[in-house]
Amino acid sequence: MPTPLVVSDVAKSFTMHLRDGIKLPVVAAVSFSIKAGECTVLGGPSGAGKSSILKMLYGNYAVDEGQIIVSHEGGLIDLANASPRTVLAVRRQTIGYVSQFLRTVPRVSALDVVAEPLVERGEEREVARGKARALLAQLNLPEKLWALPPATFSGGEQQRVNIARGFITEHPILLLDEPTASLDARNRDVVIELIAAKKSAGVALLGIFHDHDVRKAVADRVIDVTAFAPGKLAA
Amino acid sequence: MTDEPLLRVSALSKFYGSRVGCDNVSFDLWPGEVLAVVGESGSGKTTLLNCLSTRLLPSSGTASYRMRDGQFRELYRMSEAERRFLMRTDWGFVHQNPADGLRMTVSAGANVGERLMAVGDRHYGKIRATAVDWLSRVEIEEDRIDDEPRAFSGGMRQRLQIARNLVTGPRLVFMDEPTGGLDVSVQARLLDLLRGLVTDLGLAAIVVTHDLAVARLLSQRMMVMKDGRVVESGLTDRVLDDPRAPYTQLLVSSILQV
Repeated sequence: MPTPLVVSDVAKSFTMHLRDGIKLPVVAAVSFSIKAGECTVLGGPSGAGKSSILKMLYGNYAVDEGQIIVSHEGGLIDLANASPRTVLAVRRQTIGYVSQFLRTVPRVSALDVVAEPLVERGEEREVARGKARALLAQLNLPEKLWALPPATFSGGEQQRVNIARGFITEHPILLLDEPTASLDARNRDVVIELIAAKKSAGVALLGIFHDHDVRKAVADRVIDVTAFAPGKLAA
Repeated sequence: MTDEPLLRVSALSKFYGSRVGCDNVSFDLWPGEVLAVVGESGSGKTTLLNCLSTRLLPSSGTASYRMRDGQFRELYRMSEAERRFLMRTDWGFVHQNPADGLRMTVSAGANVGERLMAVGDRHYGKIRATAVDWLSRVEIEEDRIDDEPRAFSGGMRQRLQIARNLVTGPRLVFMDEPTGGLDVSVQARLLDLLRGLVTDLGLAAIVVTHDLAVARLLSQRMMVMKDGRVVESGLTDRVLDDPRAPYTQLLVSSILQV
């Protein structure tokens, strides 16, 4: 099975310059890889650094040490040291991300929010909108909401827009930060189906799921993030 | 997508006597990229913008621009006439105060048409049709085409200034606090419009702003300036979500949550 993403010896801390420069170590010696066609789950209590790891893999957080090697358009790239322009290309073509919260843009409809990542990859707008409609319908988002900007939607509605936006493309790697947190049982099941479909398509998924049932349904492997606690390094 | 940048800036500095305007700024800008330059008043961001747009000559350093023929030209070695031509055709400059970028005593249509005539368009009907099209793209009603911008609201004037700049199909647009001085609701509409136009036209832009929300919405990359120097740069969401320099942390922590 191909391994499109390998993380080795990654460390991350925050230095709070406004608090006398105190250093908050988050994780250290993070090493793992994910495989195509599998869903790997990051496990561990809140505050263990699960989200921080996902954010580093997406280039949203800087990396202090280590390497994040990703297979991108036939080559290998170290995301930990990549230029902003390279990170943007990796986001466009290789790594997709479903964040916990939707960052809304005023006046852009839910349909276009969902279609946008496909359009960025060069898809015709109308084709992209067609796929967006199908996904929103599958996620049971009422059709009367599709033309509205999601800013005023409920938490669960926004999350479904976010999920549709993340799942619409064919990125070979998909990061999921609690995609089911505010969903009801019916829509949780839809997300489980969507994840299963991605797996059969050979996508490598890495996710955080607090919901026990969802985790059981999708996880092929669980990585215990407490093993990367910074204190362990000294021991 | 091309592998060559549109603009290469290297060790650019501007001193006003012994006072620092901007100091040793270097970066590359690629086609389709929006770079936000943020910092408080006096941080040197406007000096930098004015040097880049050749409205001001730097004390040292170089900036080269890839012309439409693919050749890089050193901006500060061009003749005044060449620079003016670039300014009129391939570049746009959106001022904070629309009155600085518009001719207030000629009609809205003429403000847009004038830039077209500057690049050689002579056919009145065509110019007027293009002007109408651009006014509608910036959401100005066709029946306002013969009005002078003096009769427009601040938000409309700013939208007109944007139309005037974009009508010639520039590849690079400089913006100096494009939403400064506008009401919040007017700002949102303008930002949204700018974001759409920049994406649809594949423009490269350098946007100077003190407003981090504007930077987040419009740009992919960001430079943070303080005392004339770049203290941090990177992907916009990285700089805002994981600020590393002390000054960036101060800026980010000073945002009011609504």
